[in-house]
Amino acid sequence: MDHLVRQVEEQLLQTDHIPDFRPGDTVEVSYKIVEGNKERIQKFKGVVLKIEGEGKRKTFTVRKMSGNIGVERIFPFACPNVVEVKVTKYGKVRRAKLYYLRGRVGKKARIKERQVFKKSDNNSQKA
Amino acid sequence: MNGLIGKKLGMTSVYDSDGKQVACTVILAEPNVVTQIKTVETDQYNAVQLGFGERKEKRTTKPLLGHFKKAGTTPKRKLVEFRDFSIPVKLGDTISITDVFEEGDTVHVVGTSKGKGFQGVVKRHGFRGVGDATHGQHNRQRHPGSIGASAFPSRVVKGLRMAGRMGNQRVKIRNLKIVKILPEQHILLVKGAVPGHKGAFVILQKEEG
Repeated sequence: MDHLVRQVEEQLLQTDHIPDFRPGDTVEVSYKIVEGNKERIQKFKGVVLKIEGEGKRKTFTVRKMSGNIGVERIFPFACPNVVEVKVTKYGKVRRAKLYYLRGRVGKKARIKERQVFKKSDNNSQKA
Repeated sequence: MNGLIGKKLGMTSVYDSDGKQVACTVILAEPNVVTQIKTVETDQYNAVQLGFGERKEKRTTKPLLGHFKKAGTTPKRKLVEFRDFSIPVKLGDTISITDVFEEGDTVHVVGTSKGKGFQGVVKRHGFRGVGDATHGQHNRQRHPGSIGASAFPSRVVKGLRMAGRMGNQRVKIRNLKIVKILPEQHILLVKGAVPGHKGAFVILQKEEG
Protein backbone atom coordinates (compact mmCIF):
# COMPACT_ATOMS: atom_id res chain seq x y z
CA MET A 1 0.00 0.00 0.00
CA ASP A 2 1.13 3.49 -0.72
CA HIS A 3 2.52 5.10 2.40
CA LEU A 4 0.45 8.20 1.73
CA VAL A 5 -2.75 6.17 1.68
CA ARG A 6 -1.69 4.71 5.00
CA GLN A 7 -1.04 8.19 6.32
CA VAL A 8 -4.53 9.23 5.30
CA GLU A 9 -5.99 6.24 7.08
CA GLU A 10 -3.99 7.03 10.21
CA GLN A 11 -5.39 10.50 10.11
CA LEU A 12 -9.02 9.79 9.34
CA LEU A 13 -9.72 6.56 11.16
CA GLN A 14 -10.06 6.37 14.90
CA THR A 15 -9.40 3.08 16.70
CA ASP A 16 -8.19 4.23 20.11
CA HIS A 17 -11.43 3.31 21.87
CA ILE A 18 -10.98 -0.38 21.16
CA PRO A 19 -8.97 -2.30 23.77
CA ASP A 20 -6.35 -4.91 23.00
CA PHE A 21 -7.66 -8.41 22.47
CA ARG A 22 -6.77 -11.50 20.52
CA PRO A 23 -8.58 -14.33 18.81
CA GLY A 24 -9.99 -16.62 21.46
CA ASP A 25 -10.96 -13.81 23.79
CA THR A 26 -14.58 -13.26 24.65
CA VAL A 27 -15.79 -9.74 23.99
CA GLU A 28 -18.94 -7.76 24.34
CA VAL A 29 -19.40 -5.30 21.50
CA SER A 30 -21.75 -2.37 21.94
CA TYR A 31 -22.96 -1.39 18.54
CA LYS A 32 -24.98 1.70 17.73
CA ILE A 33 -27.99 1.12 15.55
CA VAL A 34 -29.88 3.97 13.92
CA GLU A 35 -33.50 3.28 13.09
CA GLY A 36 -35.11 6.25 11.43
CA ASN A 37 -34.17 8.94 13.90
CA LYS A 38 -33.96 6.68 16.92
CA GLU A 39 -30.67 5.36 18.17
CA ARG A 40 -30.11 2.36 20.33
CA ILE A 41 -27.20 0.28 21.46
CA GLN A 42 -27.11 -3.39 20.66
CA LYS A 43 -24.78 -5.76 22.40
CA PHE A 44 -23.11 -8.67 20.73
CA LYS A 45 -21.19 -11.02 22.95
CA GLY A 46 -19.07 -13.87 21.74
CA VAL A 47 -15.66 -15.29 20.93
CA VAL A 48 -13.27 -13.40 18.69
CA LEU A 49 -12.75 -15.76 15.78
CA LYS A 50 -10.17 -13.77 13.91
CA ILE A 51 -8.58 -10.38 13.40
CA GLU A 52 -8.11 -9.50 9.78
CA GLY A 53 -6.51 -6.71 7.81
CA GLU A 54 -3.80 -4.32 8.77
CA GLY A 55 -3.32 -0.84 10.07
CA LYS A 56 -6.41 1.12 10.93
CA ARG A 57 -8.62 -0.89 8.63
CA LYS A 58 -8.45 -4.06 10.69
CA THR A 59 -11.65 -5.97 11.36
CA PHE A 60 -12.53 -8.62 13.91
CA THR A 61 -15.08 -11.38 13.70
CA VAL A 62 -17.15 -12.31 16.73
CA ARG A 63 -18.99 -15.60 16.93
CA LYS A 64 -21.80 -16.33 19.32
CA MET A 65 -24.37 -19.04 19.71
CA SER A 66 -27.86 -17.70 19.36
CA GLY A 67 -30.04 -20.51 20.56
CA ASN A 68 -28.31 -23.33 18.81
CA ILE A 69 -27.44 -21.40 15.71
CA GLY A 70 -23.99 -19.91 15.35
CA VAL A 71 -23.99 -16.22 14.43
CA GLU A 72 -20.91 -14.38 13.26
CA ARG A 73 -20.50 -10.66 12.87
CA ILE A 74 -17.61 -8.71 11.46
CA PHE A 75 -16.79 -5.38 13.06
CA PRO A 76 -14.24 -2.88 11.73
CA PHE A 77 -12.00 -1.45 14.43
CA ALA A 78 -12.46 2.03 13.04
CA CYS A 79 -16.24 1.95 12.70
CA PRO A 80 -17.70 4.83 14.71
CA ASN A 81 -20.82 2.76 15.38
CA VAL A 82 -18.79 0.34 17.45
CA VAL A 83 -19.22 2.30 20.64
CA GLU A 84 -17.45 0.04 23.07
CA VAL A 85 -15.71 -3.28 23.22
CA LYS A 86 -15.40 -5.00 26.58
CA VAL A 87 -13.14 -7.98 27.00
CA THR A 88 -14.89 -10.33 29.40
CA LYS A 89 -12.62 -13.37 29.14
CA TYR A 90 -9.13 -14.00 27.87
CA GLY A 91 -8.75 -17.23 25.95
CA LYS A 92 -5.67 -19.33 25.31
CA VAL A 93 -5.60 -20.59 21.74
CA ARG A 94 -2.89 -21.82 19.42
CA ARG A 95 -4.21 -20.47 16.16
CA ALA A 96 -4.82 -17.02 14.70
CA LYS A 97 -8.04 -18.04 12.96
CA LEU A 98 -10.37 -20.15 15.03
CA TYR A 99 -12.41 -21.58 12.19
CA TYR A 100 -12.38 -24.96 13.91
CA LEU A 101 -14.88 -23.58 16.40
CA ARG A 102 -17.50 -23.46 13.68
CA GLY A 103 -17.83 -27.19 13.65
CA ARG A 104 -18.02 -27.50 17.40
CA VAL A 105 -20.78 -27.09 19.92
CA GLY A 106 -21.10 -27.43 23.65
CA LYS A 107 -18.14 -28.70 25.61
CA LYS A 108 -15.98 -29.12 22.53
CA ALA A 109 -16.23 -25.44 21.75
CA ARG A 110 -14.63 -24.42 25.02
CA ILE A 111 -11.50 -22.32 25.09
CA LYS A 112 -8.91 -22.45 27.87
CA GLU A 113 -8.52 -19.28 29.82
CA ARG A 114 -5.38 -17.21 29.55
CA GLN A 115 -3.80 -15.56 32.55
CA VAL A 116 -3.53 -11.83 32.07
CA PHE A 117 -1.57 -9.91 34.63
CA LYS A 118 -2.06 -6.33 33.54
CA LYS A 119 -5.75 -6.79 33.08
CA SER A 120 -6.74 -3.31 34.18
CA ASP A 121 -4.24 -1.83 31.75
CA ASN A 122 -5.49 -3.82 28.86
CA ASN A 123 -9.10 -3.13 29.52
CA SER A 124 -8.83 0.61 29.76
CA GLN A 125 -6.96 1.73 26.70
CA LYS A 126 -4.25 0.85 24.27
CA ALA A 127 -0.90 2.24 25.27
CA MET B 1 -13.90 24.46 -16.85
CA ASN B 2 -11.83 24.62 -13.70
CA GLY B 3 -9.74 21.72 -12.66
CA LEU B 4 -6.49 20.26 -11.49
CA ILE B 5 -4.08 17.49 -12.34
CA GLY B 6 -3.50 14.81 -9.74
CA LYS B 7 -2.10 11.38 -9.17
CA LYS B 8 -4.10 8.36 -8.09
CA LEU B 9 -2.57 6.88 -4.96
CA GLY B 10 -4.95 4.04 -4.25
CA MET B 11 -8.17 3.30 -2.51
CA THR B 12 -9.30 3.17 1.07
CA SER B 13 -12.49 3.69 3.00
CA VAL B 14 -13.61 6.21 5.56
CA TYR B 15 -16.76 6.64 7.60
CA ASP B 16 -19.39 9.31 7.05
CA SER B 17 -21.37 11.05 9.77
CA ASP B 18 -23.89 8.18 9.88
CA GLY B 19 -21.12 5.70 10.52
CA LYS B 20 -21.50 4.28 7.03
CA GLN B 21 -18.38 3.10 5.28
CA VAL B 22 -17.56 5.02 2.11
CA ALA B 23 -15.12 3.59 -0.42
CA CYS B 24 -12.81 6.34 -1.61
CA THR B 25 -9.99 6.93 -4.01
CA VAL B 26 -7.06 8.87 -2.60
CA ILE B 27 -5.73 11.44 -5.05
CA LEU B 28 -2.59 13.48 -4.58
CA ALA B 29 -2.80 16.91 -6.15
CA GLU B 30 0.24 18.90 -5.22
CA PRO B 31 -0.02 22.54 -6.27
CA ASN B 32 -0.33 22.82 -10.03
CA VAL B 33 1.63 25.51 -11.83
CA VAL B 34 0.18 27.75 -14.50
CA THR B 35 2.49 27.16 -17.43
CA GLN B 36 0.61 29.01 -20.14
CA ILE B 37 -2.39 31.26 -20.51
CA LYS B 38 -4.20 31.23 -23.80
CA THR B 39 -6.55 34.02 -24.75
CA VAL B 40 -8.89 34.76 -27.62
CA GLU B 41 -6.50 37.42 -28.89
CA THR B 42 -3.50 35.12 -29.14
CA ASP B 43 -4.96 31.65 -29.59
CA GLN B 44 -8.61 32.15 -30.62
CA TYR B 45 -9.81 30.62 -27.36
CA ASN B 46 -9.43 30.98 -23.62
CA ALA B 47 -7.58 28.35 -21.68
CA VAL B 48 -5.11 27.80 -18.89
CA GLN B 49 -2.39 25.21 -19.08
CA LEU B 50 -1.41 23.59 -15.81
CA GLY B 51 1.66 21.55 -15.00
CA PHE B 52 2.02 18.83 -12.39
CA GLY B 53 4.77 16.53 -11.17
CA GLU B 54 8.49 17.03 -11.35
CA ARG B 55 10.51 16.08 -14.38
CA LYS B 56 14.30 15.97 -14.61
CA GLU B 57 15.76 18.82 -16.56
CA LYS B 58 18.01 16.32 -18.33
CA ARG B 59 14.97 14.51 -19.64
CA THR B 60 13.23 17.59 -20.94
CA THR B 61 13.59 18.72 -24.52
CA LYS B 62 15.01 22.18 -25.09
CA PRO B 63 11.82 23.59 -26.60
CA LEU B 64 9.89 22.44 -23.54
CA LEU B 65 12.56 23.80 -21.22
CA GLY B 66 12.01 27.17 -22.81
CA HIS B 67 8.28 26.80 -22.27
CA PHE B 68 8.80 26.15 -18.55
CA LYS B 69 11.37 28.91 -18.28
CA LYS B 70 8.83 31.36 -19.61
CA ALA B 71 6.50 30.41 -16.78
CA GLY B 72 9.36 30.57 -14.32
CA THR B 73 9.00 27.02 -13.06
CA THR B 74 10.91 23.77 -13.02
CA PRO B 75 10.05 21.23 -15.73
CA LYS B 76 6.80 19.36 -15.13
CA ARG B 77 5.78 15.84 -16.03
CA LYS B 78 2.22 16.42 -17.09
CA LEU B 79 0.67 19.39 -18.83
CA VAL B 80 -3.07 19.74 -19.24
CA GLU B 81 -5.10 22.54 -20.71
CA PHE B 82 -8.36 23.66 -19.12
CA ARG B 83 -10.68 25.67 -21.35
CA ASP B 84 -12.37 28.75 -19.88
CA PHE B 85 -10.66 28.67 -16.49
CA SER B 86 -12.70 30.98 -14.29
CA ILE B 87 -10.18 31.53 -11.49
CA PRO B 88 -8.03 34.57 -12.26
CA VAL B 89 -4.44 33.40 -12.59
CA LYS B 90 -1.11 34.71 -13.75
CA LEU B 91 1.68 32.86 -15.46
CA GLY B 92 3.70 30.89 -12.90
CA ASP B 93 0.99 30.91 -10.24
CA THR B 94 0.44 27.78 -8.19
CA ILE B 95 -3.05 26.42 -7.68
CA SER B 96 -3.78 24.06 -4.83
CA ILE B 97 -6.80 21.89 -4.13
CA THR B 98 -8.59 24.38 -1.93
CA ASP B 99 -8.43 27.05 -4.63
CA VAL B 100 -10.61 24.93 -6.88
CA PHE B 101 -12.56 22.42 -4.80
CA GLU B 102 -14.45 22.22 -1.57
CA GLU B 103 -15.53 19.21 0.41
CA GLY B 104 -18.88 18.01 -0.86
CA ASP B 105 -18.32 19.24 -4.42
CA THR B 106 -18.83 16.89 -7.30
CA VAL B 107 -15.99 16.37 -9.74
CA HIS B 108 -15.44 14.63 -13.02
CA VAL B 109 -12.32 12.50 -13.00
CA VAL B 110 -10.54 11.71 -16.25
CA GLY B 111 -7.93 9.00 -16.43
CA THR B 112 -6.54 6.25 -18.59
CA SER B 113 -8.16 2.94 -17.75
CA LYS B 114 -6.06 -0.10 -16.96
CA GLY B 115 -5.10 -2.06 -20.05
CA LYS B 116 -6.72 -5.49 -20.16
CA GLY B 117 -4.98 -6.79 -23.28
CA PHE B 118 -6.76 -8.71 -26.01
CA GLN B 119 -10.10 -9.70 -24.58
CA GLY B 120 -13.00 -11.71 -25.87
CA VAL B 121 -16.42 -10.42 -26.56
CA VAL B 122 -17.91 -11.49 -23.21
CA LYS B 123 -15.53 -9.42 -21.08
CA ARG B 124 -15.06 -6.60 -23.56
CA HIS B 125 -18.64 -5.94 -24.60
CA GLY B 126 -20.69 -7.80 -22.04
CA PHE B 127 -22.00 -10.40 -24.48
CA ARG B 128 -23.69 -13.17 -22.59
CA GLY B 129 -21.97 -16.07 -24.28
CA VAL B 130 -23.76 -19.36 -24.40
CA GLY B 131 -25.56 -20.16 -21.19
CA ASP B 132 -25.20 -23.89 -21.49
CA ALA B 133 -22.16 -26.11 -21.42
CA THR B 134 -24.27 -29.16 -22.09
CA HIS B 135 -27.31 -29.96 -24.30
CA GLY B 136 -25.18 -30.55 -27.35
CA GLN B 137 -23.10 -27.43 -26.86
CA HIS B 138 -19.63 -28.21 -28.11
CA ASN B 139 -16.89 -25.69 -27.36
CA ARG B 140 -18.19 -22.20 -27.98
CA GLN B 141 -19.28 -20.99 -24.56
CA ARG B 142 -17.85 -17.47 -24.86
CA HIS B 143 -18.15 -16.87 -28.58
CA PRO B 144 -19.97 -13.98 -30.24
CA GLY B 145 -22.26 -16.07 -32.43
CA SER B 146 -23.19 -14.93 -35.89
CA ILE B 147 -21.59 -11.69 -37.06
CA GLY B 148 -23.71 -11.16 -40.16
CA ALA B 149 -26.54 -12.32 -42.33
CA SER B 150 -26.38 -14.20 -45.62
CA ALA B 151 -26.70 -13.12 -49.26
CA PHE B 152 -27.93 -9.77 -48.09
CA PRO B 153 -25.90 -7.80 -47.16
CA SER B 154 -23.08 -10.26 -47.90
CA ARG B 155 -20.71 -8.45 -45.62
CA VAL B 156 -20.16 -7.65 -41.97
CA VAL B 157 -21.43 -4.21 -40.97
CA LYS B 158 -18.88 -1.69 -39.82
CA GLY B 159 -18.42 -1.14 -36.12
CA LEU B 160 -19.64 -4.58 -35.14
CA ARG B 161 -18.45 -5.35 -31.65
CA MET B 162 -15.81 -8.03 -31.63
CA ALA B 163 -12.90 -9.22 -29.55
CA GLY B 164 -9.85 -6.99 -29.32
CA ARG B 165 -7.75 -4.75 -27.17
CA MET B 166 -9.56 -3.58 -24.07
CA GLY B 167 -8.79 -0.81 -21.63
CA ASN B 168 -5.92 1.68 -21.78
CA GLN B 169 -8.37 4.31 -22.95
CA ARG B 170 -9.28 7.75 -21.77
CA VAL B 171 -12.24 7.40 -19.44
CA LYS B 172 -14.19 10.06 -17.65
CA ILE B 173 -16.15 9.28 -14.52
CA ARG B 174 -18.73 11.96 -13.84
CA ASN B 175 -20.09 13.40 -10.64
CA LEU B 176 -17.90 11.88 -8.00
CA LYS B 177 -18.30 13.45 -4.61
CA ILE B 178 -15.32 14.89 -2.76
CA VAL B 179 -15.49 13.20 0.60
CA LYS B 180 -12.51 14.84 2.24
CA ILE B 181 -9.76 17.33 1.52
CA LEU B 182 -6.48 17.31 3.42
CA PRO B 183 -5.01 20.64 2.37
CA GLU B 184 -1.61 20.34 4.12
CA GLN B 185 -0.90 17.04 2.40
CA HIS B 186 -2.46 18.11 -0.91
CA ILE B 187 -4.65 15.04 -0.82
CA LEU B 188 -8.29 14.64 -1.64
CA LEU B 189 -10.60 11.67 -1.23
CA VAL B 190 -13.18 11.06 -3.90
CA LYS B 191 -16.08 8.70 -3.43
CA GLY B 192 -15.87 5.60 -5.57
CA ALA B 193 -13.37 4.32 -8.06
CA VAL B 194 -11.37 6.28 -10.58
CA PRO B 195 -9.93 5.03 -13.89
CA GLY B 196 -6.29 4.03 -14.05
CA HIS B 197 -3.67 2.25 -12.03
CA LYS B 198 -2.02 3.50 -8.87
CA GLY B 199 0.35 6.32 -9.64
CA ALA B 200 -1.53 7.25 -12.80
CA PHE B 201 -2.24 10.85 -13.65
CA VAL B 202 -5.85 11.90 -13.35
CA ILE B 203 -7.54 15.12 -14.37
CA LEU B 204 -10.05 16.54 -11.94
CA GLN B 205 -12.66 18.71 -13.56
CA LYS B 206 -15.21 20.88 -11.86
CA GLU B 207 -18.50 21.34 -13.65
CA GLU B 208 -19.68 24.93 -13.61
CA GLY B 209 -23.05 25.96 -12.28
